[in-house]
Amino acid sequence: MTQLRVRVNGVERSAQAWEGESLLYFLREGLGQFGAKNACEQGECGSCSVLLDGELVCACLVLAAAAEDSEVVTVEGLCDDPVTIAVQDAMVAAGGVQCGFCTPGFVVAMASLLKENPAPDEFEVREALSGNLCRCTGYLRIFEATQRAAGELRSGR
Amino acid sequence: MRVTRAATLEAALADPEATFLAGGTDLMVGINFGRIRPVHVVSIRGLAELAGVTVSDRVTCGGGVTFTRLLKALGNSNPALVQAARTIGSPQIRNAGTLGGNLGTCSPAGDALPVLAALDATLLLRSGAGERRLKFDDYMLGPGRSARQPGELVLAVEWEDAGPAQVFLKAGTRNAMVIAVASLAMVADRRRRTVRVALGSVGPVILRAAQAEAFAAGLFEEAGWERLVGPSPAAAAHFGELVAAAARPIDDHRGTARYRRHVVALMARRALVRAARA
Repeated sequence: MTQLRVRVNGVERSAQAWEGESLLYFLREGLGQFGAKNACEQGECGSCSVLLDGELVCACLVLAAAAEDSEVVTVEGLCDDPVTIAVQDAMVAAGGVQCGFCTPGFVVAMASLLKENPAPDEFEVREALSGNLCRCTGYLRIFEATQRAAGELRSGR
Repeated sequence: MRVTRAATLEAALADPEATFLAGGTDLMVGINFGRIRPVHVVSIRGLAELAGVTVSDRVTCGGGVTFTRLLKALGNSNPALVQAARTIGSPQIRNAGTLGGNLGTCSPAGDALPVLAALDATLLLRSGAGERRLKFDDYMLGPGRSARQPGELVLAVEWEDAGPAQVFLKAGTRNAMVIAVASLAMVADRRRRTVRVALGSVGPVILRAAQAEAFAAGLFEEAGWERLVGPSPAAAAHFGELVAAAARPIDDHRGTARYRRHVVALMARRALVRAARA
């Protein structure tokens, strides 16, 4: 075991960890930060999507000890971000949330897309969200929510 | 397990027994599932010496370049590699996974690998003992096995821009997040008058289809290397058969050998038609 120090949502956080621990495990079990969900642990499902130095990645595929000099932003850290707020509102309005397990990962991925591309077409949305699995909604309402959030943001509401 | 974050290339190469960690998309799965327990992990993520990409007549891509960055750097050039990079995983995976990591893992299903073979790419390998160059064709020895020595890093990969007549095709159950059931890269370099065809996921290593390459080169020769002329259906079908004959597929959970041979022939026909018109 070792003491790891990682900057999460702008705050330097520290906890005991096993050297081989993933960032996902460290966030959840070490820091009690439960927004990133633990499901596949192999980068298949996107439930643990976070931003690592601004880039959308699966926290399960990041070695926590290798992220010590990086900036990690989880879904909790996006609470006050206007794009994320628009995405969350659109998810509710479009019915993109059912059981909710995949939702945080989707919200991070959707916000990440809309920051890069404020007016994505249908296929760009599908491609951008291809790393996130949802077993409830059938995706259509999530795609719709993405377009809705994009529209809201463009109209400046 | 000991973890070092290498700040310099020299530091990364200090321990010849180290296990390199790049994007983590393969290594972390092994660690998460308890399949591997490396003694010393050296993280090379973000290492400046591996981060460069130069795209011109000669392309150089650092081993640490992620597929997202590679896609941005290539733009409309090197279409086969662009197509391959775009089929890798998902945005999350492409933001993490690197070209050097694809080579380090050295899977027959590694999406960039058939393209590197078809581009006749050269690897720059560096260890504490020095630097060497190796053709991709001499690099891969088997599934997960390469000529890379312990402690040796893929510093960069280089190739000559082969022009627009190049195609990458991949068969799988989805467009995203799929390990290729079979893949094919075809590069028809009109300027240098060469054709290379390489196959992924249908053998223990990336396979070249030498007879098919010679046949396709004959077609380009006949039509004129500079001209955009589609092959006849019969020629395309024969090309497909020759490519399928070069495959050495097995039955596994992703597909049968028979299906793989079938799909390789199909992809080859399409690749030839697309390359001939590009």
